[in-house]
Order: sequence, then C-alpha cells, then structure tokens
Amino acid sequence: MAFQIIWFVLWGVLWAVYFMLDGFVFGSGMLQSFLGHNDTERRIIINTVGPVWNGNEVWLITAGGATFAAFPTTYALMFSYLYIALLLLLFSLIIRGVSFEFRGLVNSPTWRSVWDKAIFIGGFLPALLFGVAFGNIFKGFPMDAAGYHGSLIYLLNPYGLITGLLFVLLFLVHGALYQSVKTTGGLKERSASVAAKLWIPLLLVAVVFLGYTYKATHIFDNYLSNPLLLIVPVVAVLSLLAIRLFLAKKALLKAFTASCLTILTVVGTGVVGLFPNLIPSSIDPQYSLTIYNSSSSQYTLVIMTVVAFIFVPIVILYKIWVYRIFRAPVTEKDVIENKEAY
Amino acid sequence: MGVLGLSRLQFAATGAFHFIFVPLTLGLSIMVAWMQTRYYRTGDETYLRMTKFWGKLFLINFALGVVTGITMEFQFGMNWAEYSKYVGDIFGAPLAIEATVAFFLESVFIGVWIFGWNKISKGLHLMSIWIVALATNLSALWILIANGWMQKPVGFVLRNGRAEMVDFMALVTNPYALLKFGHQIVSGYTVAAFFVLGISAWHLLRKNETELFKKSFKMAAIFGFVSTILVAVIGDFHTVEVVRSQPTKFAAMESVWNTERGAGMHLLLIPDPAHERDAVEAVTIPKMLSILSHHDPNAEVKGLKDFPLSDRPPVLPVFLGFRGMVGLGFLFILTSFFALLLSFKDRIESAPMFLKILVFMIPLPYIANQLGWIVAEVGRQPWIVYGVLRTSDAVSKSLTMSQVTVSFVGFVLLYGLLGVIDIYLLIKYARKGPDIDVSGFLNRSEQGE
Repeated sequence: MAFQIIWFVLWGVLWAVYFMLDGFVFGSGMLQSFLGHNDTERRIIINTVGPVWNGNEVWLITAGGATFAAFPTTYALMFSYLYIALLLLLFSLIIRGVSFEFRGLVNSPTWRSVWDKAIFIGGFLPALLFGVAFGNIFKGFPMDAAGYHGSLIYLLNPYGLITGLLFVLLFLVHGALYQSVKTTGGLKERSASVAAKLWIPLLLVAVVFLGYTYKATHIFDNYLSNPLLLIVPVVAVLSLLAIRLFLAKKALLKAFTASCLTILTVVGTGVVGLFPNLIPSSIDPQYSLTIYNSSSSQYTLVIMTVVAFIFVPIVILYKIWVYRIFRAPVTEKDVIENKEAY
Repeated sequence: MGVLGLSRLQFAATGAFHFIFVPLTLGLSIMVAWMQTRYYRTGDETYLRMTKFWGKLFLINFALGVVTGITMEFQFGMNWAEYSKYVGDIFGAPLAIEATVAFFLESVFIGVWIFGWNKISKGLHLMSIWIVALATNLSALWILIANGWMQKPVGFVLRNGRAEMVDFMALVTNPYALLKFGHQIVSGYTVAAFFVLGISAWHLLRKNETELFKKSFKMAAIFGFVSTILVAVIGDFHTVEVVRSQPTKFAAMESVWNTERGAGMHLLLIPDPAHERDAVEAVTIPKMLSILSHHDPNAEVKGLKDFPLSDRPPVLPVFLGFRGMVGLGFLFILTSFFALLLSFKDRIESAPMFLKILVFMIPLPYIANQLGWIVAEVGRQPWIVYGVLRTSDAVSKSLTMSQVTVSFVGFVLLYGLLGVIDIYLLIKYARKGPDIDVSGFLNRSEQGE
C-alpha cells in the first residue's frame, strides 16, 4: 500500500517538475519570433535555454519511464488511448529539439526563418497538447469494460481545451519571465512587459479553469473530504497573484520563482484531486485506473523506490550546479563570440 | 498488412532510424573526450581544434539520436500496450533506471560541454565530456538490459496474469544482456573509428590540415583496431549464449535444418526455406559450426526442423543479416589493421588508393550495426519475449488501422526529412574542416583561470 502512495507522489512530482522546467522552454520558443527583433536577439533567446533544455526534457522521459515501471497498466492504456495526440506531441518535441540545434548551423535568413517557425510550433503544440491531455485526465477518460470510447476529436472537448489554453498561457508567462531574467537591455524590458500583459488573460483563464474544474470533474472531492489539502490550490492562487506583484516591483527573479511555484501547484492541484486515481473513468468509477489496480508488484516498487531515492537527489544536485554555472544573463557578446552557441 | 504488421514495421523503421545515430554517439563521444584529454595534457592547440571539429560533427549527430529516442519509449505504450501491461512490472524498471541514472547525466552534461567552454575550469570542462561519454555508454547498458530480457527472460514469475519481477540481480546480470552490451558498444566504436578514418582520409587526399588529420587518423586507427577485434571476440561468446538461450535464432542464422553432432560450416550456402533445406551447401569447414556454437567440435547443433513451424523465425533475413555482419566485421579488422600499420610507419599519404577506399567505407559499419539488429530482432520472432509472449499477442487492442497508417506515414515523412537535413549538415561541416581561429577561446580561457 505505502509504496503505491510513494509512487503516486513521485509520479505527480515528476510531471510537475517537468512542466516547471520545460514550461519556460516552451514559452521561450513560442515568444522567440515576437520578442527577438533581429537574428542576434533570436539567437540570444534560444541560447538562454541552450545549456539546459536537453536536461529538462529528460524529466518527461523519466515521468514516462516511471509510469511504465510503477503503473504499467496505466502506462499501456494511457499511451495507446491517446495515440494520435501523443504522436503529435512526439513530432512537435522532435521538431523543437532539432530546430534549436540546426537553426544556427547554416547562415542564411531563409533557413533561419524556417527554423524560427519550427521553434514556435515546437513550443506551442506540446504546451497545448499536454494541457489537453491533462485536462482529459482530470476529467476522466470515457472507458469501461469494453475499452476506450474517445478519439482525438473527443479530447478537444471544452474542458480539455480550457486546460490546454491554461497550459499555453502559463508557459507563455513563464517563458517571458525566464527571458526577462536571462537577457539584458531592450530584450529584458520587452520580456517583462510581455509577461505583465499576458498575465491578465492567464488570470482570467485560471479563474474559468477553477470554476470549470469544480463543475466538470471530481477533482475537488478530495479537498472537500480533507480541507487541509486546500493549501495546494491556495498556494497556486497566491503565487499566481504574486507574479503580478513582483512584476510591478520589477523583482523579476522573484516573479519567475513565483511562476515556478504556480506551475508546480497548479499541476499539484490536479494530481492531489486525482488520488487514488491515475486516470478516472468518466463512465463508471469501477473502471478507473487507480494506483492500486494498475501498479507493479511490491517487489518492483521497492526496487524502484530505492533507485529513485538515491538517484533523483543526485540529479537535482548536479542540475542545480549547472543552473548556477549558467546563471548569468546571455548577452550579444556571448552569442557572437562563442562558436558553440546555437 | 494489418495493425500488427504495420506496428511492427513502424517499430522497426523508427528503431532503425534511431540507430543510425546511436552507434556513432557511443564511439565518437569517447574519441572526442580522448582528443580533449590530449589537449588538456599537452596544451597543443591542434588537439583543441580536433576536439572542436569532431565535436561539432558529434553534436549534429547527437541531436537526432536524442529526439528519436523518445519515440522508442512512447511506442511501447502506444502500439504495444498488451506487451507493456504484461511485462511492464519487470521491463519498465530498466527503462526508468536508464532515464534516471544515465540519460539525465548525458543530457545535462552535454549542455555543460557545449556552452561551458569559457564558464568553468578546463579540468571541469574536460570532465563534462567524459561524463557524457560514460553516460552514453551507461544508457546503452540499461537499454540492452531491457532488450536482453526480451531475448532471454530471467528473474521473473508469471503471476497475476503478467510477468512479475522477483530477482532484480538476475535481470541486471543477465549474461545475454551483458554480452550484447559488450558487443554493441564496440560495434559503435567501430562506426566512430571508420567515420573519423574516412573523413580524415578525405581531407588528407586534399592535403588539407595534414597534421591535424594525420593525428585524427592515427587515433581512429588505434581505436578502430582494438574495437573491431573486440567486436569479433565478444561476438563469438555472444553467439554461444544465443545458441544456449535461443536455439531457433541460431539455427536461422546458419540455416541449419537438421540436428547434427560435429556439424560443419558451409561457407557457400543458399537457404531454401520453402522446402526446409539448403539449395546449395559448399566449401564446408568440418566441425566448424559445432565449435562456433558450443566451443566444442563434437557438440550437437539443433536444426530448425526440431521446432514447430509456428516457433521458427523467418530464415532468410536472419541468415543474410548474420553473414553480412560477420563478413563486414572481418573486413573492418583487416582495414583498421592496415590503417594502423600505415600510420605507425607514417606512410598514410603514400597510399591514396587506400584513403579513397576509406572514404567510401564510412557507411559500412552503419550497415553492419543494422544487420546485427535484424539478426537480433527478426531472429527472436515469432516471440516478443522469447518463449514467453508472442509478438502477435503484444499489440494494443484499441489501435485502429487508420491510426497506425497515419503514424507510419507521418514517421516516414518526418524522419525522411530530418535524415536528409542531418546528412546534409554532417557533410557540410565534415567538408568545411576545422576552424583555423580558436585564439578567441584561448585568450579568454587563460584570463579566466
């Protein structure tokens, strides 16, 4: 029993950390063509994520791997039911990765503008798709004894779309704040002002999302039965408001930190509400995939717990070290002088 | 072709495409780290320029290796849900461990290496490329532990309607997996060695940067010679393990139909699977097959007819794949030996014909790697987990023909496009040669220390 709960928490943490880290890469990608007014500025934007985006994406691989190892039945059904959505996600992540790497390798405006479009798609599409997928997970899949009754079109239901829109806006604000911290001069100012402008629609969509979640999902059942848990959504709301407050004070790093916390707690709000389900059935709760009916054996969970408790802290330590090495903002001088830069 | 057939084709195609990039990464990461170590030790600028030149090619290749790897993990769930449900308890663990233990290291430190030239000390920067090299190979270990389990399932019981892990140590010390890992990494090193030999030869033929490319050539010759010998030696032990755990695969590899003691090996052989015999068997080395398969001249070699038709793999691709791989393997040993000889006698430039051949040989180790995987994966059929689960029982139940068609066509188009772009960039940067000016880097790093 206990190990399933440990893995449920780890599962939620892996996804939340993944969205916090890749979120600013998605956001930076979406904003690259709009914030960067010339080639050098556009290069600066992708070079701010250059040293870290690869390592950030591994949180997704690990979240996927952890789902496979700890909850194989959920892994199998979630991935096969969401077939076309995941296919699009894969394609957009592949395009995102190569566009960072390839953009700078040919010095031609046409080449670079093609990859700039790819960078936009590689930021927008995964953000939207992850949101739609998680919206549908919160809401539950139409599944029963006969299997799954959904489709790609079904996934694009209003609640799924609102969650998709929420993710896009969260990551846009997150990316703009990251840029405001990691760049200098005009780019920095533009990024901060874009973050402030995008914060308003984000707030609106977040309010709609909260209300809609109450109406369309059973996420709040857990909170009603255990009000102490409400701390997670409360922190989400407070940190969302704090972003605007820090922005007004020009405390950009604090605003970015608040945005990190917002993403962690928004995902956390959903995950806490799911417990003990991983994917609820929207038809009949007895067909929900729970941490109990879809988990690995106790033996496997113990082995995986030992591995996770040893190696995840090590990963976090060296990742912090790397973020410290690259903590300085990226300047024009950096991208012009460094031949290895993107 | 139905959902099953197209899913298999898609997995094969995406796996093969992924595996264009992986072997070079395995070997070139080590070679670049070795070059940078020599720069670190000697301060010789040539080694720095070598590191940067080969490092650039390494990165162009690395990019596609990483992004196409995610596809492999996702497909287990997307197309092979029944497989994932049935074996996820034991098969998911090595994949999750690979991400946590190896892939994180690789991906984080590749960023440090690319962007850290002037940000950290030379020693730490050198360490970052060695971590990348180590982590890449560690990744291969965990992936091959997973694949090794599909070949020779160990450490599990069938319980609760699935395969559940009961012995983690058996999983990670599976001899099949460890031999496969050994055989695979040195095969990757061979790809890298011939890649460096071929591109160096191209520049040497044009008298371009002679000193730098002679040094690269020599390092690649040493690396290649050692690796190609190890490919054969480990491959030999791997064969014995295949015979022990997968008799049907070995019988298909050598097109053996009838069980025989002290079996000979036919150098010239044309299989005739329709009639369960060989159409041509000639130039026979007596007892060789028994020696090869059991390291014992009188051992019994199992023939395919000992197994029901429904348990046999398709003979032709496995047989041809194996012959092709082994033939190429011997060619690589001879070629790298000759390259080594030339570079130690400092007579590389006096053999222009050989240099030309080396340029055209660049694709051959790639082909050998692909053939090896055809032997491994087609030879395992009709099983997805040998003796435990059939491939036909592993495909996702919810999958429709239109879904797989869309994904298959999508993969072919996207991967085709990316492959063309990647090869274009590799050729462009390989031809361009090393940058002359690394002085900007030198000045700044000296100030930094």
